[in-house]
Amino acid sequence: MTETLWLYAFSAAAVAGALVMLIARHPMRVAVALIGTMLSLAGIYAVLGVHVIAVFQVLIYVGAVMVFMVFVIMMLDTRDTSFVARYSHLLLPGLLVAALLAAALGAVLAHRIGVAPRWGAGGDFRLQPFSVAFLRDYWLQFELTSVLLVIAVVAAIAVIKGRGGRDG
Amino acid sequence: MDRTQFLLALSVALFCLGLLGVIVRRNALVMLMCMELMVNGVVLSLVAFAARGGGAAGAALVFLVFVVAAAEIAIAIPIVLLLVRQRRTLDIGAYADLRG
Repeated sequence: MTETLWLYAFSAAAVAGALVMLIARHPMRVAVALIGTMLSLAGIYAVLGVHVIAVFQVLIYVGAVMVFMVFVIMMLDTRDTSFVARYSHLLLPGLLVAALLAAALGAVLAHRIGVAPRWGAGGDFRLQPFSVAFLRDYWLQFELTSVLLVIAVVAAIAVIKGRGGRDG
Repeated sequence: MDRTQFLLALSVALFCLGLLGVIVRRNALVMLMCMELMVNGVVLSLVAFAARGGGAAGAALVFLVFVVAAAEIAIAIPIVLLLVRQRRTLDIGAYADLRG
């Protein structure tokens, strides 16, 4: 029962953070709202018993990605025309598209999904079974991930040092 | 409404709010953050399905999605920096001439 209450509380916090992201004017406030949403999602994962993913969510998303984002916001001067006028001329079409997509996905969700639930398991999601399976069965994917990260670093350097970077 | 359905509804809500943000906001950095919100919504649905029937495969897939998202942001931020260096603004409307 308490678990369900926590689930609803974290879900409400996640949606509230997402709404603040749409409304807030300064990018730093948007970033803080997104961090709140990500932490709420980590709380949801912890309530579900998938602690491994909750830890990844905090470490990778909040710890790495959002810190990077916050540094970039601090580095750039954000008070330009996009600060004065938050929304583009696509405001109405955007609202329409989002409402239509939400209605379509909600209509699909209205049908119950016919898989037997296996909640509160956590069995394979505890750290030890996950680590063993990860490094024994999925070691190739893990190595490919490191290759992907190296490619991303090289590409980032190439983008910055490219044609537009000479005046900087 | 059972728990999986509730989680999927939450992921739909996050995805749609993120999509709305990408469409309507003008600041390039805010658009990037809204894309991150969309990825988070998709990851939530993945976790909801994985916790139902999957095993360690679901957790491994979520980990790989996290790493790919980190790589994506590592490429996207330098592109935004490059754009700002050229036109001195984060307003996406200033780059309308990039449309094909």
